[in-house]
Amino acid sequence: MKNFGYSINKDRQIDLDKSDQRIALFVKQHEPSINICISCGTCTATCSAGNYTNLNLRKLILSVKRGDIIETKAEISKCMFCGKCLLACPRGVNTRNVILKINQAIEKFSL
Amino acid sequence: MEYLECLKYSPSKYFRHSKLKALINVNDIIMKQKKVIVIGGGISGMESSTYLTSMGYDVVLIEQKDKLGGKLLKWEKLFPTMSMGKDVVNFLNKGIDLAQVKVELNAKIINAVKEGNIFKINLDDGRVFESDAVLVTTGYDVFDARKKEEYGYGIYDNVITSAELEEKFLSGNDILTNSGKVPKKVGFVHCVGSRDEKVGNVYCSKVCCVTAVKQAIEIKEKIPGVDAYCFYMDLRMFGMHFEALYKQAQEKWAVNFIRGRLSEACENMDGSIMVKVEDTLAGKPLRMNVDLLVLMVGIVPSVGTKTIGKMMGLNFGPNGFFKSLDQHSMTTVSNVPGVFFAGCCVAPRTINNVFVDARAAALMTSSYLEGYDIEKRIQEK
Repeated sequence: MKNFGYSINKDRQIDLDKSDQRIALFVKQHEPSINICISCGTCTATCSAGNYTNLNLRKLILSVKRGDIIETKAEISKCMFCGKCLLACPRGVNTRNVILKINQAIEKFSL
Repeated sequence: MEYLECLKYSPSKYFRHSKLKALINVNDIIMKQKKVIVIGGGISGMESSTYLTSMGYDVVLIEQKDKLGGKLLKWEKLFPTMSMGKDVVNFLNKGIDLAQVKVELNAKIINAVKEGNIFKINLDDGRVFESDAVLVTTGYDVFDARKKEEYGYGIYDNVITSAELEEKFLSGNDILTNSGKVPKKVGFVHCVGSRDEKVGNVYCSKVCCVTAVKQAIEIKEKIPGVDAYCFYMDLRMFGMHFEALYKQAQEKWAVNFIRGRLSEACENMDGSIMVKVEDTLAGKPLRMNVDLLVLMVGIVPSVGTKTIGKMMGLNFGPNGFFKSLDQHSMTTVSNVPGVFFAGCCVAPRTINNVFVDARAAALMTSSYLEGYDIEKRIQEK
C-alpha cells in the first residue's frame, strides 16, 4: 500500500463495560483474596523474577481485573512461583494461589 | 459572707456546690451568673451548651432552623460503625433536656457586636441577647456540586450527591435511577469540591473517603447484584476502624476501587452516565457506564460561618474557615477575647472530633469566664 505518512493506532483506552472478565471472575471465585489487593507494590518490590524481567505482580493483578488478556498472558509466564510476594504482602493476599488460578483460567478458557 | 465575696469574682465556680446553695441567697447568684450565647444548634452547639449549662452558666443556644441537630438530621447511618445518626441526635437532645438548656429556635441573627466586655446579639424579631462570652458553632455547608460542571450535577438526572443518597437511605425508599429502574452499576466520585484548586478548595474534607466506602457497602446491601465503583485519588482511611471498613468493602462486598480522578461524565441516550478517568495504576485512560453517579461532596464553610464571622470581626483562614489563635494549642480560641469556636466552622471534622472539640470549647469558655488568662501562655512570634 502506498505510504501516505499516516498510521492508525489501536485504541489504548480501557472500556470496562466491554472488558473480558472471564479470568477475573474465575480468580475471584477460587481465590477471593485478589479483591483485597491495595496496589501497594510490595509484591513487585520483593519479586525475584522482577530483578531479571519486567514482571510486575501489582500490574498483573490489575490487568486481570481490567480484562487485559494479552498483557496477563505475557506477564504470567515470567513468574517462578518462589512465593516471596506471598510473604511480603501486607494485606494477606494469597498471591501465589492468585497466579496459579490465573494460569488455570487461561487453560480453562483456552486463552 | 466570705463565700459571697468569692461569688462576685467567680459565681459559677461555687454555685455548683449544693451545700453552698443552701447557705446563700440564690437570687444573688442568679444576678451574677455569667452568660454565654452559643450560635448554631448542630452537634457542637448542642454538646457545648449542655456542658456549659451544667457547669452553672446561663446559656442561650441560638439556632436559625426550627429544630436542633444540624446536618446530622439528614444522615442515616454513621461510619465506621454503621450505627444510626438519630441515636446521636437523641443523645444530644437528652443532654439539652437534662441540663435544661435555653434554646431559641427559628432565630436569625442580624447583628452581633462586642461593647466593652459584653456581647450584644440582635435577632430579626427585635430581641437583644447579652452575654459575657460567645461560642460560635456555625458549622459547614456541603459543596455545591454544580460548580464542578464537568460532572454534570444539575444537568444529568442520574448524577446525585452523597448527601442526597443519604437522604434516599433515610427515606427508606428503594434506590432507583431517575427513570425508576434498579441500577446495575453505581459509581462514587471522591474529592468533589475538595483538593481542587479550580473550585478554590485546596484542602481535604476528611470525611468523604470513608463515607464513599460506607455508602458503597450500603448500596451493595440494598441492591443485590449491583456493582459499585469508587473513583479515588487517595483513600484517606485515617480513623480507627476506617481501614477495616475499607477492607470489608473489598473482601465482603467486592466494591471496585479505581485510582484516578474523573475528568468528565456525560449522559447516554438511555440516561446512564459515561465516565472517563485515568486508571492511574494501569497508566491507561478508562471509560465505563454507570446507571447512577454519586458525587462525594466536600465540606465548605457555611453561610452562617461567613456572616457571623464578619459581624463579630473574627479572622478567617485561607480556606474560609475560622482562624484559630493557634492551630495546635488554641484551636477553639478566636482573635476576639471572649469568642470561642467549636466544630466544623474551624475545619472539616468527623462527629467524634466534633464531640471532643465541643467539650474542649466549653472548657475554654469557662476558663475565660472564671478569669483565667487563656492567652498568657502564647509566645510572641
